[in-house]
Amino acid sequence: MLRVDEAQEPVEFSPALISKFDEIVSRYPQGKQKSGLLPILHLVQAEFGWVSAPAMDKVAEYLSILPIEVYEVATFYTMYFLRPQGKYVLEVCRTSGCCLVGAEKIMDHIEETLGVKEGEVTPDGLFSWRGVECLAACGFGPVLQIGPEYTFYENLTNESVDKLISDLKAKAKN
Amino acid sequence: MGRKLLLEHINVPGINTFDVYRSKGGYASVEKALKTMSPEAIVEEVKKSGLRGRGGAGFPTGMKWSFLAKPEGVARYLVCNGDESEPGTFKDRYLMTYIPHLLIEGMIVSSFALGASTSYIYLRGEMMPQVRILERAIAEAKAKGFLGKNILGTGYDLELYVQPGGGAYICGEETALLESLEGKRGNPRIKPPFPAIAGLYGCPTVVNNVESIAAVVPIINEGGDEYAKIGIGRSTGTKLISAGGNLKKPGVYEIELGVPVEEFIYSDEYCGGIANGKRLKAVVAGGSSVPILPANLILKTINNEARLMSYESLSDGGFVSGTMLGSGGFIAYDEDACIVRNTWNFARFYHHESCGQCSPCREGTGWMEKVLHRLEYGHGKMSDMDLLVDVSKKIEGNTICPLGDAAAWPVASAIRHFRDEFEWHVTNASEATSRNYGIAHYADPLKVVETA
Repeated sequence: MLRVDEAQEPVEFSPALISKFDEIVSRYPQGKQKSGLLPILHLVQAEFGWVSAPAMDKVAEYLSILPIEVYEVATFYTMYFLRPQGKYVLEVCRTSGCCLVGAEKIMDHIEETLGVKEGEVTPDGLFSWRGVECLAACGFGPVLQIGPEYTFYENLTNESVDKLISDLKAKAKN
Repeated sequence: MGRKLLLEHINVPGINTFDVYRSKGGYASVEKALKTMSPEAIVEEVKKSGLRGRGGAGFPTGMKWSFLAKPEGVARYLVCNGDESEPGTFKDRYLMTYIPHLLIEGMIVSSFALGASTSYIYLRGEMMPQVRILERAIAEAKAKGFLGKNILGTGYDLELYVQPGGGAYICGEETALLESLEGKRGNPRIKPPFPAIAGLYGCPTVVNNVESIAAVVPIINEGGDEYAKIGIGRSTGTKLISAGGNLKKPGVYEIELGVPVEEFIYSDEYCGGIANGKRLKAVVAGGSSVPILPANLILKTINNEARLMSYESLSDGGFVSGTMLGSGGFIAYDEDACIVRNTWNFARFYHHESCGQCSPCREGTGWMEKVLHRLEYGHGKMSDMDLLVDVSKKIEGNTICPLGDAAAWPVASAIRHFRDEFEWHVTNASEATSRNYGIAHYADPLKVVETA
């Protein structure tokens, strides 16, 4: 749920990030800069790990649109996190094709391994997980993806999930 | 062995790079179209080919193009629909991952035919790897003079951009996609006006599926008449089928339309049969939205003719005993699959993905999910099946976009064909949570070879 009245840390966009915004906005005709909203929110999320209300206000200011125009988009689309998440968010497909080949068992295994429920963050701040709807990889299920690159991990087994989690833990240490 | 028009070179190492793709005859259609053909002639070829929209609706692409309004001094747009969110469908992801230049080649020819000088490829947000792949391919094509100003010295200019969405099934609907591309919530628009008159930024726009645009390449190379010779009847050409579920060899297959369903499932050239030696229980032939059919009806029509993978044959029998080719998302269920659980899974999907604009869909999908959930978990009533059918009838046809229909059909068809299994979930509630109903009388009609 989006709460814009809570006190949240103010954010600053770096010049490097702003120049990426500029490149995106240049793709659309004059005056249609709002088209850049979705890609820009992805960049914000990649930078900060989630999309906070102050960040959305900043985006609105940059695109010369009202803050509500950003809020309504960020709350409509499922990929934007409106709460802080773990550093790695494991998003497991839970739709029909993947369920036929064991996606539900994989989710149970992830819950057990990480020790947190869907949507919660592990105490070390590294992981959270959730079930998502069809990821268009039904032939290679069960699958999960990890943002912000949205790398795919296909044909999952309990063992490959264990390996993935320990690899990510090692990666986070370095 | 069927002809491969799209995936012929998919296994060539490095086919994702410009040079290898070009050495295999890539971008020939751009040279042919821009240098020797008029835009009208290209539209005419596509019309002659009989190509039908590969995204699911099956509307003739050439006809869609010919509806495009051409007022003086107003920009026209071509938008490629790569939202691909229909459960069961993953062909576009495959095509864009392994042979991205095919889509770009098709985009150049199609944009030229429609008179667009800026075109967008809209991908679902989860396809960030494909965004990167396509952007790299676009940069390569631009460096070689196939995009940008004065393409191949013909005076035609085209800029091509890739736009990621934000994770919403509804954005696969063309007007919702345009809203999303304008930076808004993906709420479908009321039609008319159709996008061909007022689409992106209020300008005339054509929205085509990834595979439809890729198919323009062989159509221009070989001519519309040649393309129309492949396939059967009004189902011309080849189609990518995403085969998933309990199959021995799931994956993306390019078939000539008209291949028998039985051959597609069981032959080694395609899916190689059901995984783990199980028997086939049911099939969703064209993505989750189309009616689910029991094994006997998917293999044979009600008139006992072999069912073929074509628009007409799959819809033979209407919704009473047929289904649809849809987007080609082919999900096979083996004897261990629970139809009630699967239907609940689909209903949850549509409830999750309903944009909330129209009350019948917003409320109806939620109620269907609730009722199916209680059936699956052993709290159902005998009257629930009629209730579900009633709710589905009240959604169907009463919404702005086809998501309502797409949510209603799988539920209605599951109850139509598998009512006994739903009833068993009520009468044997405690058992139903621990074991599956099994294959029952709508079984796979094929002979089982007895093992010694």
